[in-house]
Amino acid sequence: MSGPPRPDALSLRGLSVHYGVLPVLEQVEAHFAPGRMTAIIGPNGAGKSTLLKAALGLVPVAAGEVRFFGQPLAAARARIAYVPQRASVDWDFPVRAVDVVQMGLYRSLGLLGRRTAAHRAKAMECLERVGMQDYALRQIGALSGGQQQRVFLARALAQGAELFLLDEPFAGVDAATESAIVSVLQGLRDGGATVVAVHHDLSTVPAYFDRVLLLNRTAIAEGPVATAFTREALGRTYGGTLPMDPELAAQ
Amino acid sequence: MMLEALLLRAGPNATLVTLAALTLGFAAGVVGAFLFLRKRALVSDAIAHATLPGVGLAFLAMVALGGDGRLLAGLLLGAGLSALLGLGALQLLTRHTRLPEDAAIGAVLSVFYGLGIVILTLIQGLNTGHQAGLESFLLGSTAGMLRADALLIAGGGAVALALVGLMRRPLTMVAFDPGYATVMGLRPRLYDLALMVLTLGVVLIGLRVVGLILIVALLITPAVAARMWTDRVGVMALVAGAIGGAAGYLGAAVSAAVPGVPTGPVIVVLAFAGFVLSALFAPRRGLVVRLLQTRALRRRMRAA
Repeated sequence: MSGPPRPDALSLRGLSVHYGVLPVLEQVEAHFAPGRMTAIIGPNGAGKSTLLKAALGLVPVAAGEVRFFGQPLAAARARIAYVPQRASVDWDFPVRAVDVVQMGLYRSLGLLGRRTAAHRAKAMECLERVGMQDYALRQIGALSGGQQQRVFLARALAQGAELFLLDEPFAGVDAATESAIVSVLQGLRDGGATVVAVHHDLSTVPAYFDRVLLLNRTAIAEGPVATAFTREALGRTYGGTLPMDPELAAQ
Repeated sequence: MMLEALLLRAGPNATLVTLAALTLGFAAGVVGAFLFLRKRALVSDAIAHATLPGVGLAFLAMVALGGDGRLLAGLLLGAGLSALLGLGALQLLTRHTRLPEDAAIGAVLSVFYGLGIVILTLIQGLNTGHQAGLESFLLGSTAGMLRADALLIAGGGAVALALVGLMRRPLTMVAFDPGYATVMGLRPRLYDLALMVLTLGVVLIGLRVVGLILIVALLITPAVAARMWTDRVGVMALVAGAIGGAAGYLGAAVSAAVPGVPTGPVIVVLAFAGFVLSALFAPRRGLVVRLLQTRALRRRMRAA
């Protein structure tokens, strides 16, 4: 890669988070290079979701520094899109798929802006990119888990962000949705965006991602899949109960 | 008399009172829709009951200052301050004890209401000669309402409606997905506070018409009924406003025509009728349509 050096899309320095007296993250160092697709991997309770939430100011940070594109969060909000875990949403809420996507346009609309035909067209275009245009008028709870996840991805697309943070985007979705989401995310990366996803399925890491962050309360290893996603590093992350063999998956 | 009241021909004062009840009902429906979506419906009941000590104390203060004691604006000021204390107590209980919110609401509601009843009883024993009418804050009464009172209520309702209109998008985003709203730069706490202030405003202007015991029903029933009709927040808020407004308008007319009937219960029964009609006949979510669909499905299964 040539050209002027770009700052990391997201960098965490000495990030610590506590829930009450319980430490969840301790002194995490992590740097997410721009234009790359990174998986955050680790056992349950390792603090993967908390890492995203702390970076985004959703849970209080006990210590450490978070920078987006070299700036504090407040200065970089317009460049960040977040896809939360599906469980965090009220499914009986009276919104349709297209309304959810239009929430991604809030920053360009503001408090008083009028919703125009251009906004509606943009929302429909984003639904098309995830293959959900035929479900635009369905209430969000009437969609399957995979369809819901695609709608939330479309909402993130509508923001026109440069950094996408996704919390378990493949949890509880069918194979068709998983491959649809992966190809959208890889398309974003190929267009220069940065993608960071909390991920569970070790067998798909080499196929989907460029880089990994192995996390268990603190950063165990970080780097390109080829060098950081090793049996030894996974052993240290998962503490001996390794769910699969990464060298086999790489073949 | 009833027809005249309905057609707004029962005299200029009665007309103004009916229009005030309509505005109140509409504002309660719209604010209630967002309260329901944010799952804070019960908090409004605590706010309403917490107004009562303030009503009594404001009356005493105004009498002590040599006033009439029945000035609505003064009573509502006292009610508002007392409700803010109640909200503060609720916050303290939920943040610093292990009480779940519903238990904290029950505690605040009953303690403030009990204190208010004690103060009102003491006032009944005084010999000011003006205390008649304070009980109307319990169940509401439009009888003998002054022109200025009606204007205050209608004006307050209009302001609340304008504020909800202004904040509809952030309120919707915070209610649907607070985490995402935060990442988008909205502050859920700020909008939750705004929603509480709006609720307090509706409760205050509703005290005279509906009363503090039943105002929660005018906030929530139209919202629940409206949810039956639509899958869109904006439409739901407007339908809730229409149901609340109709209940307020009809209730005020009925109570103008039938002397002695407390206005609040009539309005609430009418709003509940709106809910029953919605639950039965709404397209898709209504009971009748769902029964017909089930029967059609059974018939097809049998035929197959």
